Amino acid sequence: MLHCEKLTCVREDRILFKDLSFTVNPGEIVQVEGPNGVGKTSLFRLLVGLSSPYSGQVLWNGNLTSDDRESFYQELLYLGHKSGVKPELTALENLQFFQQVHPSHRNADLWQVLAKVGLAGYEDITASQLSAGQLRRVALARLWLNDCPLWILDEPFTAIDKSGVAVLEELFIKHAQNGGIVVLTTHQDLNIDSNLLAKITLTKTADDLYV
Amino acid sequence: MFKAFSQVVSKELKGAFRRQSDILNPIWFFIIVVTLFPLGIGTDPALLKRIAPGIIWVAALLAALLSFERLFKDDFIDGSLEQLMLTRYPLPWLVSAKVFAHWLLTGLPVLLVSPLLATFLALDVETYWALFLTLLIGTPILSLLGAIGVALTVGLRKGGILLSLIMLPLSIPILIFSTMAIDAAAYGQSYSGLLALLGAMLVASITLSPFAIAASLRVSVS
Repeated sequence: MLHCEKLTCVREDRILFKDLSFTVNPGEIVQVEGPNGVGKTSLFRLLVGLSSPYSGQVLWNGNLTSDDRESFYQELLYLGHKSGVKPELTALENLQFFQQVHPSHRNADLWQVLAKVGLAGYEDITASQLSAGQLRRVALARLWLNDCPLWILDEPFTAIDKSGVAVLEELFIKHAQNGGIVVLTTHQDLNIDSNLLAKITLTKTADDLYV
Repeated sequence: MFKAFSQVVSKELKGAFRRQSDILNPIWFFIIVVTLFPLGIGTDPALLKRIAPGIIWVAALLAALLSFERLFKDDFIDGSLEQLMLTRYPLPWLVSAKVFAHWLLTGLPVLLVSPLLATFLALDVETYWALFLTLLIGTPILSLLGAIGVALTVGLRKGGILLSLIMLPLSIPILIFSTMAIDAAAYGQSYSGLLALLGAMLVASITLSPFAIAASLRVSVS
């Protein structure tokens, strides 16, 4: 269970959002919506602990995430705007590194995973030579390589084609049905049953809200 | 835990060997700077021998400075730094692995070419041995201290100058003790006390700086 308690985010002396509280239970997919610049990415960075909130707290299974980072990160998979894929390594080497550092599916066949994300035949090409969509696919391949219950995905569909989006949606549904949590942002309409999907809509606050 | 350490090191080395200019540039710079001195000030062996330790140490310092930029910058840009911070392993531990890889790529080559440069500068074996020992102990300290500076400036667009302003004053003690030790060796005196001091600095920086680097990275990334 992921719980946010009165989160307030301030960037450059401007309040992005104030007193945001919500709870996500196992088995739920949450889509965070809102116009550009409203603080979706900032919210996600607060959730995963890459930045710290101006006020408020994030709790995972009742524990403050900032108190025990290591055990929280054991259960978290975060994909940000930046893919985290090393351009000078091949797709396969990138995944190998991920597999070793997050050792949940140590025996998974990486070639099969790469084939699943449509990168069969590109295993030995350095990531710098892949297209933007293919790079994204390398990053997304990690979804098949972990059993973390909590997935926090910032714009996972960027540069992904329609069939890829369908595969991902299916994966999210399967993850939620297995008791996982998916929190994601996207500007696309998700083709996911509404009893699985919840939405959080961030709206622009008045511009005079300065700290 | 140790597996994660070795994975980070091998990833760094693999990446570096794919972009060889990044490893070779600082080393070329080091060799060229040192070889320019005899050309500039003449080839009098006595004079060269007198200033050789200082030249080699300052050149090693500048070469290290040149190589720091890519320690965290690339990782910051492509997002691997974020991912490194979100693993189940303590960040200071993973950061130490990165610094160790950095030392293997920059400090170790300096050690390896130092005999050649010592010959250029007419150092005798006794003095060279002292130089080698100070470099062996000193370059890891440089890597560790530099990494703190890099971690602080990684989020800035033009962090290069700031980095040298942070890093160079911190490395002055190492420079002083190293050249003192080498001077002592040149006069045939014992220099083990000075080496012990350098060793103490190394132990202190190995134990403390990973935490400083990790904390600085958290500040820079947020």
